[in-house]
Amino acid sequence: MSLLHISGSPHVHTNDSVKKIMWTVVIALIPAMVFSFIYYGIDAVRVTLISVAACVVAEWFFQRFFLKEKSTISDGSAVITGMLLAFNVPSNLSWWIILIGALIAIGVSKMAFGGLGKNVFNPALVGRVFLLISFPQQMTSWTLPSQGFMNVDAATGATPLAVIKSAMNAGEKPTELLDKLPTYAQLLIGERGGSIGEIAALAIIAGGILLLIRKIISWHIPVTFIGTVFLFSAILHLYNPDLYITPEFHILTGGLLLGAVFMATDMVTSPMSGKGKIIFGIGCGLLTILIRVWGNYPEGVSFAILIMNAFVPLINKGLKPKRFGQ
Amino acid sequence: MRTFRKGGVHPQENKLAHHAPFEDFPLPKQAVLYATQHLGTPSVVIVEKGESLKTGQLIAKGEAFISANLHSPCTGTVAKVEPAPEMSGYKKMAITIDVQEEDVWEEGIDTSPEIDREIKLSSAEIIEKIKEKGVVGLGGACFPTHIKLMVPPGRKAEYCIINAAECEPYISVDNRIMLERTEEFLVGACILRTALGLSSVDIGVEHNKPEAIARLKEVAADFKGINIHTLRTKYPQGAEKQLIKAITNREVPAGKLPIDVGCVVDNVATALSVYEAVQKNKPLIVSYITYSGKSVAIPKNYRVRLGTPLSQIIEANGGLAANTGKVISGGPMMGKAITNLNAGITKGFSSLLQLETKEAKRFAPVNCIRCGKCVDACPMGLEAYLLAPLAENSRWEDAEQASVMSCIECGSCQFICPANRPLLDYIRLSKNKTGEMIRSRVLK
Repeated sequence: MSLLHISGSPHVHTNDSVKKIMWTVVIALIPAMVFSFIYYGIDAVRVTLISVAACVVAEWFFQRFFLKEKSTISDGSAVITGMLLAFNVPSNLSWWIILIGALIAIGVSKMAFGGLGKNVFNPALVGRVFLLISFPQQMTSWTLPSQGFMNVDAATGATPLAVIKSAMNAGEKPTELLDKLPTYAQLLIGERGGSIGEIAALAIIAGGILLLIRKIISWHIPVTFIGTVFLFSAILHLYNPDLYITPEFHILTGGLLLGAVFMATDMVTSPMSGKGKIIFGIGCGLLTILIRVWGNYPEGVSFAILIMNAFVPLINKGLKPKRFGQ
Repeated sequence: MRTFRKGGVHPQENKLAHHAPFEDFPLPKQAVLYATQHLGTPSVVIVEKGESLKTGQLIAKGEAFISANLHSPCTGTVAKVEPAPEMSGYKKMAITIDVQEEDVWEEGIDTSPEIDREIKLSSAEIIEKIKEKGVVGLGGACFPTHIKLMVPPGRKAEYCIINAAECEPYISVDNRIMLERTEEFLVGACILRTALGLSSVDIGVEHNKPEAIARLKEVAADFKGINIHTLRTKYPQGAEKQLIKAITNREVPAGKLPIDVGCVVDNVATALSVYEAVQKNKPLIVSYITYSGKSVAIPKNYRVRLGTPLSQIIEANGGLAANTGKVISGGPMMGKAITNLNAGITKGFSSLLQLETKEAKRFAPVNCIRCGKCVDACPMGLEAYLLAPLAENSRWEDAEQASVMSCIECGSCQFICPANRPLLDYIRLSKNKTGEMIRSRVLK
């Protein structure tokens, strides 16, 4: 007879693991990835491959040579960072810029803090914002989606939000630009300029539903984040429809859906409790509109989430769950 | 459907022995009776080596206030009175009895199967009887039942609650008692409420036991003042504080007892033992147990005499299967892993579980990913992800601030943790050390 195990209770465990959670997120990202391949063709494949490979290799490298610990690349978290980073950059970005982004995302934002679970800021967003500040021109020259792999004459242009921002800076009314902007239907299926993975709203929503079903994310952050953006921009729009675009437009453009579904909900960098998540989501929503409408950048989602990431320890400290019997 | 509000998990129910009727397990050749089988001051052994014993004879006396009597579960002679290893492997004072095949019962014990429904004794007499017959809480803690029934001055019992949730996976003891011994159990419940001076009793059953609920409702129609509550199947529904919350919507304050909110809770097997003690004059000398688990060929329910070595139950079922990885006393969520299979069965032993090798071994822990599942799962509103590192860093004062002492050790946090953190291991350590710190502060 073999030896019996002895340990404290509980003696059974749910079938869940960090690995399963991370790979499920990877699966949830696939619809958005497929859409990006359809619209941006081989360019999107190139960016995604480079980014994922660079993130995984970077994690292995830092663990092997700096932290001298067992590699955790099989847990899938570096793959997620790679995919999200790729989703957050234009499809025509040079390979070496992507490498730098991956190095910053994994090296600075994740491994320097001690690896998965210990980071304060969302790694992919740190990588993206680093690139946005360091390479503003390359990071904002968007290729317009072509009609698949066959179209070689891809044009470049601004994202819908950038069009509005420059119009406002030039004193034009956004309402006069409507013919320059994509329709809601186009936004839903991704026919517009933008980062690789942020363009197809439907694909992102599909991934989000999978995460909700598998209880990897809860409704709190996506609903409050998007809800706050909607309310805030609706108030502005009602106040002066000539100056402020419609709330639907705010929700379907930029990285809002991608951010609200996949990035703000990152377990590691979002609050623990439901109440905390609600505050976090509202904060993200308010900051996004503040930056989009009055800030220097056309897009505010990345900054909003990173700023709110910094508040997470405080939110966790301030919003303890109600203790039973106290 | 009623339940407690916060937290809880849904482990696989695995009620494999749900439909197996009780079998009487044969008398052992030798019985090992640990002198102390309850929570409280140890009992005093009153028999000597060589003494012959009748079934039901007093062999160890609970002399202190919180203590309990122990009776011989069989007829035979005392072989040894010396420490013997218990299930954990630690030695405890024990009475070993060479068992004779035929039972000779102590005088005054009614062994007839007739059911006696008429409660003749007064509250004080009932409590005295329960004390005399060594009845303790059979839900796991083994707290002497008579103490619970003596309501302290300044407190008032308003609810007599029977815990029939049986929320632990595998265990089917309460279910079988409710189905097979329905009437005796209900009389026992009525005796408990009479002892408390109440006219009604509330029985909480999880809704995964529909047959038991139907049977209880049918038989309870003949009784007055029995309320049967169907509770949602959610672990730990049977934890005392969670059950009180579900039935009365009252919260036992941290560090207080159920009686502080007017509640007294006893479980199903205890109520049956109370019936036998009060109506049949029979001391607590048997355990109702489930023998189950993935490496058990035919899961069963047994009525087994105290002191029966665990190994005999395993051998009677063809020995320990090769794929057995862990043997547990109690349920898989809160039970204890057994190191000594030759130990005798004690009061409150409810289940002998055999886990397969593949489920017995813990997975390697990885970094906490702060998913918050432990916070969502905790029925006490604690934050296991914070309590564990506080223990790792010996920060006992901070642990006290974070209410570590409120933990009921239900294991939901560690069960749900996707990073396989040994959360409850650390919290237990913390409760131990923090409790020590608090006690030494009180002494100063």
